[in-house]
Amino acid sequence: MKIQISNGRVIDPANKLDARQDVFIAEGKIVALGSAPAGFVADRVIDANGAVVAPGLVDLSARLREPGNEYKATLESEMQAAMAGGVTSLACPPDTDPALDEPGLVEMLCHRARKLNCAHVYPVGALTAGLKGERLTEMAELTEAGCVAFGQANTPMKDNLVLMRAMQYAATFGYRVWLQPLDPYMSRGVAHDGEVASRLGLTGIPVEAETVALATQLQLARSTGVKLHITRLSSAAGLDLIRRARAEGLNVTCDVSAHHLHLSDVDIGFFSPLTHLVPPLRAQRDREALRAALAGGEIDAVCSDHTPVDDDEKQTPFAEAAPGATGLELLLPLTLKWGAEMKLPLSTTLARVTADAARIMGITKGGHLGVGARADVCIFDPDAHRTITRAGLRSQGKNTPFLGYELPGVVTHTLVEGRVMLGA
Amino acid sequence: MLNPQLSKDGKLAHLLTLEGLPKSILTEILDIAAPFTEVGEREVKKLPLLRGKSVFNVFFENSTRTRTTFEIAAKRLSADVINLNVSTSSTSKGETLLDTVDNLCAMGADMFVMRHASSGAPYLLAQHLRATGRDHISVVNAGDGRHAHPTQGLLDMYTIRHYKKDFTNLTVAVVGDVLHSRVARSEIAALTTLGVPEVRVIGPKTLLPTDVERMGVRVFHDMREGLKGVDVVMMLRLQNERMQGALLPSSQEYFKVWGLTPEKLALAKPDAIVMHPGPMNRGVEIDSAVADGGNAVILPQVTFGIAVRMAVMSMLAGH
Amino acid sequence: MPIPDAEQLIAALTDQIRPHVTADTAMVGIHTGGVWLAKRLHAALGLSKPLGVMDVAFYRDDYGKKGLHPSPRKSEIPFDVAGAPIILVDDVLYTGRTTRAALNELFDYGRPARVDLAVLVDRGGRELPIAARFVAHTLETPIAPTDSLQLEEAADGALTLRLIHA
Repeated sequence: MKIQISNGRVIDPANKLDARQDVFIAEGKIVALGSAPAGFVADRVIDANGAVVAPGLVDLSARLREPGNEYKATLESEMQAAMAGGVTSLACPPDTDPALDEPGLVEMLCHRARKLNCAHVYPVGALTAGLKGERLTEMAELTEAGCVAFGQANTPMKDNLVLMRAMQYAATFGYRVWLQPLDPYMSRGVAHDGEVASRLGLTGIPVEAETVALATQLQLARSTGVKLHITRLSSAAGLDLIRRARAEGLNVTCDVSAHHLHLSDVDIGFFSPLTHLVPPLRAQRDREALRAALAGGEIDAVCSDHTPVDDDEKQTPFAEAAPGATGLELLLPLTLKWGAEMKLPLSTTLARVTADAARIMGITKGGHLGVGARADVCIFDPDAHRTITRAGLRSQGKNTPFLGYELPGVVTHTLVEGRVMLGA
Repeated sequence: MLNPQLSKDGKLAHLLTLEGLPKSILTEILDIAAPFTEVGEREVKKLPLLRGKSVFNVFFENSTRTRTTFEIAAKRLSADVINLNVSTSSTSKGETLLDTVDNLCAMGADMFVMRHASSGAPYLLAQHLRATGRDHISVVNAGDGRHAHPTQGLLDMYTIRHYKKDFTNLTVAVVGDVLHSRVARSEIAALTTLGVPEVRVIGPKTLLPTDVERMGVRVFHDMREGLKGVDVVMMLRLQNERMQGALLPSSQEYFKVWGLTPEKLALAKPDAIVMHPGPMNRGVEIDSAVADGGNAVILPQVTFGIAVRMAVMSMLAGH
Repeated sequence: MPIPDAEQLIAALTDQIRPHVTADTAMVGIHTGGVWLAKRLHAALGLSKPLGVMDVAFYRDDYGKKGLHPSPRKSEIPFDVAGAPIILVDDVLYTGRTTRAALNELFDYGRPARVDLAVLVDRGGRELPIAARFVAHTLETPIAPTDSLQLEEAADGALTLRLIHA
């Protein structure tokens, strides 16, 4: 199938392209931009007049809930959500049930995902067996099965010696290690330890839960030489530690969740369980620091941290609610909203969910529109707005604090390897 | 964000917290409570206001004392009172809070008096009732986690007004484990709303919430400094489990530093009143000589508590 | 319609009640107008038992519809109700619902020997089988339900009746 996307504003941050051009697709790849290659006859022409043609989004964290939590979501439902959100590549964290700690599990997940033929799924393997922080996983075998990195999701290790060994072992092969900076003891609360939590009587998670863990992780990255990526930064103080480590020559990347760009602990309001997230929503000045650092590139990428949770686990008092929010379909709108508010060029905004994320994940065929790349494309109307409703979400999880918000950016077409998955 | 405890016309629909309630409503509750105090002295200790109404005391956390005062208050208003200790029944069978509530609604509840170990649980209930079109059922928070205990806060205000008449010239000290105390949060909210010019909190750093000053209080770690010249001393209960969480070394050391003894009380004004929400730990937060002494108004607090709860229930049921 | 002079009516009411007063007679006024009136009658009749006052807010039958009346006051019955002959005093008798509420409240203090009702004005419009034993004045044509007839107390203690149009 040959496809021509015509009249669109093509924005490809990786190739520093922002121009009104046609895109030509054949055999699942981008074959040309601008003018058609010789003999190209399109089977289908998509008129993208007034729309932005961007690389399909790359999401650094989306929980698909398989295996083990199919009542919360299934691969099928979440793949539909990814397509609706224009997300064509995603990394899934290892906190499934059982955890992604055995090659067989990873192979099964990759196999199921390939059969569905939607977004490309890149598993993050468990760094330790069962995420228990005791025994190392078979990282070489897991890599062969399809893992692109190793991490602990939101289950921090208690034993720093195990952490150091795990980082040393991963460094042996040059594998990527993705870590959430959370101190296992100090993070046992449910909300940012500040004025709001004090007032509402919610158990606090101090900023030190992030900075103490982060200091340890950065120190061990220095000594082991591992490729470290820090996931979901939440605080200005954490950001300062990253800055200092980089100033001292450490090569470390980091990301932030889209929720933390827009919300703070004040949004907990009257105990809304939808705002119960990990890491917690922090103070407004933390949010401002994260927004500015993402704009300046000090934070490399933004992700959805997609976590579908069923209603029963959210219709409980705040502290008892399962943390997390659905996000695949909100990643583009929330990123566009942030970019507009920061007055950034659209190509800079989109870089944080395409090229920059792809670089962290280590994928070269996705996240850009260069000739020869996979024809993973997201076409969206940047001026249209959509009100977020339960019924409008394809994800099985309807849990988002943005219900009722009107957000910019409506995806009209999603292409995966030249197949039109949305907008057919 | 609509305040879930006020109706569209600004009247009290539920009592969930004292924080954010206008001074006029706090004063109205105290005013209405006054005539109820006399009912306990009559031959027939009953008023017909809640005749034919069903009040469900739903306690997800045990508390004989609070449950009993609510029960007495509801019965004096002629309500049918149904007591449920949910901690021992349905939730252990896996039923969710809202399932339990839906069942009780189907049994004809007109009012829920709810206690729960999680902060904010009564909000969930009030929001659920509104979302399911059952606005006529009201919720009284009888204590949720560390968040609020509004009727305790109100009865404390009633007690202070009874003995001190005016709030606007008082210095009030709240002493002890503010961090874990829903009573303290409700007291601080009510005192600052009613115009008390100086509210102090006294305790070790481990037992004061982060940014507590933002609640409008002055922080003291030295009990002797903090008690100087105060009109009202509000003691808080210290739970034994605080010793496990590395918050305190021992109850002996706590008593030595922050326990209210006659010698420390002597630093307050001579006519200062001493309050405690009960149950007291004698020899931990309060010396028996103070608890049983002339400044203590701890038993009148309990009596006023019934009148205040009657006032709240009769304001909520009559809508 | 001419509104009668309250002070003249009080004198007439006192004369009506006087022959029936005994050493045991007690008196209870209903807030607010009834209490002002009862104070005057109590003094004029020289009753020995202290005057009782009642606010029937907690016994009203419109609570379910209108909610609690604002700022209810304490009821105080400083004598033993059980066995006492009691004169219940209100300023204006209208539907009879206030009297019903007052009787209910009174009986929660004990079982009186008898209860008589004394009012300054009967404005008609009864909705319950209630009549006053002592009435100073009965209006020939009932007042419209939207209007209200109330007793008012001046700073010097003088009482006047006032018709208020809604």
